[in-house]
Amino acid sequence: MISLITNTVHQITPEGIIDRYPNSYNHFVLPFVIGMTFILVYLLIGLIRILYHLSGEDRLKLLKSLINPKTAWKNIKDIFCDCLLHTKIWKRKPLLGYMHSAIAFGWFLLIIVGHIEVGLFAPRHLSGLTEGSLYYPIFYRFFIWMNPAHETLRGSVFFFLMDLILLYILSGIGLAMFKRVRSIALGMRHTTKPSLADRVALYCLWLIFPLRLLAEGFTADLSGGGFLTRPLNWVFRAFFGNELNFLPTWWAYSICLGLFFLAMPFSRYMHILTEPLLILFRNAGLKVRKPRKGFAEAEIYACSSCGLCLDACPMNTQKKNLKYSSVYFIRFLRRRNKKKVNEIADKCLMCGKCYALCPVGVNSPAIRRAIRETHNNSIKSDYSFMDTYAGSAENSDKKNKILYFAGCMSHLTPVIIKSVETLLKASGEDYEFMDRDKGICCGRPLMLAGRTDAARQTIQANTKIINDSGCSILLVSCPICLKIFKEEYSLKGIEVLHYTQLADRLIKDGKLKVSKSSSAIVYHDPCELGRGCGIYEEPRNVLKAVAELKKASKEKDESICCGYSLGTITLDEKDKAKIAESSVSSLMAENPDEIVTSCPLCYRAIRSKAEVPVKDFAEIICENIEKQ
Amino acid sequence: MIDFGFSVNPSSRINLDAADGEKFHRLAALEPDALKCMACGSCSASCSAAAFEDTSLRRALLSLQNGLSDDAAKLLSHCMLCGKCTMVCPRGINTRHLILSILKIYSL
Repeated sequence: MISLITNTVHQITPEGIIDRYPNSYNHFVLPFVIGMTFILVYLLIGLIRILYHLSGEDRLKLLKSLINPKTAWKNIKDIFCDCLLHTKIWKRKPLLGYMHSAIAFGWFLLIIVGHIEVGLFAPRHLSGLTEGSLYYPIFYRFFIWMNPAHETLRGSVFFFLMDLILLYILSGIGLAMFKRVRSIALGMRHTTKPSLADRVALYCLWLIFPLRLLAEGFTADLSGGGFLTRPLNWVFRAFFGNELNFLPTWWAYSICLGLFFLAMPFSRYMHILTEPLLILFRNAGLKVRKPRKGFAEAEIYACSSCGLCLDACPMNTQKKNLKYSSVYFIRFLRRRNKKKVNEIADKCLMCGKCYALCPVGVNSPAIRRAIRETHNNSIKSDYSFMDTYAGSAENSDKKNKILYFAGCMSHLTPVIIKSVETLLKASGEDYEFMDRDKGICCGRPLMLAGRTDAARQTIQANTKIINDSGCSILLVSCPICLKIFKEEYSLKGIEVLHYTQLADRLIKDGKLKVSKSSSAIVYHDPCELGRGCGIYEEPRNVLKAVAELKKASKEKDESICCGYSLGTITLDEKDKAKIAESSVSSLMAENPDEIVTSCPLCYRAIRSKAEVPVKDFAEIICENIEKQ
Repeated sequence: MIDFGFSVNPSSRINLDAADGEKFHRLAALEPDALKCMACGSCSASCSAAAFEDTSLRRALLSLQNGLSDDAAKLLSHCMLCGKCTMVCPRGINTRHLILSILKIYSL
């Protein structure tokens, strides 16, 4: 080892940095180079595969979004905030956010600042592969010989910066290790069980930065160093006597990096490289079409397996149902375990909470639906009656009126229909009832079950009826209908409103006058209305006007599904009842007198479990309409 | 044949040999709730599709047991999966999955 140092030829650059190795090469860089080459080739092939499986239309959309300056700016912003700073996690769980951003943003800074340093002090090593540009900036401290007499201010700034960044990352790694032992301290009740490749990559990731600190510490008296590496070097010299122990630690550092890159494609850490691609796809407006290829593949590999969806999933009120969470769904999908994937896809309530809380934004409900489509879309049905019914619909040229579509479920809760009608009459609105005696389903249940073609038939029939009615507003009292009317129907010039939105508007316009009662109520956000359509404020505005509004322990986008969602196919009655109980207990956090909701399904589900009166949104408004 | 102005009704005797036990087992394995039905008829009474066409889960299940699987598939072919039957079922049967499973196994 002594010969390694003494036999080198020193090349002095103008800044006073000496290349200890004339060709800037040592065998220890090999593991890193192998790992890095492997991951680069893998990435290229993966990218081509994903792009190949996108439809031509989607590729065009993607290309357009990349050129469009508005989406391009959004891409940059999203990649910076989501991939590096992890703002979404910061907002909900600050300590967890710090941990993720320390590792991601810290590592990013380390690479960037490291490259700038090399660019400033030894620029020729960035110019081409022959000068080792692939590995040189990573192992810069090994290859240089800093003469203490030549230490400049500029050099010291970089020494300080690099050590500061390393410390930042190490604090994140420390938290990550602690999280493995006690996840609740960082705000997570459950964490995922890592797979074998996950473990290899995880332990490598834990080791990379401490090893970098050790390696740079051993070399600090030769290369120079900052506030961390210099003192470390003094300690090492005091214990080990000379500076020649450094080569094994550089080998270890390089091996860890190489192993990490080799394990990466088979582990959860693939999300680091896939997430930017997912952001580009999402901002381009692409949607999941095939369950395992193209866009879905980008979603699957972008899943960081962090397990935030474990705590989010309403099914996990029972521990046995942890396995149905999105994180395991995605894992089985990645391994192409068809049996498990089908089972899990059918269980899901499609409440969308995992999607709302996912820091990466993996739309697993959409993938689940695509999976259901593969085995349910071929089921034959006979919907010939729809055409006859839609054909007989009356053509009306009455303009500016409201068409009220109660939907199947509202007919099971006549109080909702009655209250909505009272509300409309009280505010003097002209309306027509679309499905008083009978009506065609909106198609959302079929869509959720993966029977897309069948759903298209109901959509077609209803579209004709609605367009022929000549209405200007389509009013619905069921959030399930609302979602599909908004997303899949092409209703030209017709505004689709949920009755909570209409009530808010009528009160604001002064058409409906309400008085405030003294009762304390809590509002349950239906999944399809809140997370599905983003309607949180309108119902709250109105409810604040009629009663004292209390808070639930989990509300808005964290609200717990009532359990009786039409999204699930195979979840059984017992599990649904348990979920309903947990939803009610969250609502009862501040001991309200009444529970209010705005979905016929939630209404029935919560009423079956709650010990306080449960009322529908329209019902409680009707109780408080000011008599004139 | 001489037209008497009336005819003999076709036999309403049930041919239980036509009941495919193996298929019904597959159905029960896929959705165990198939065995829970007590034929109360709540599902048929609340059915959205029944307002248009002859649709009944209760009769479909009886038909299956009586070996009339084509009738069963026909009775469910108009179903829109709206889920009202699930909500009203006093036995807590997962009717939507039951219907999907019947349509898959006994497809016409």
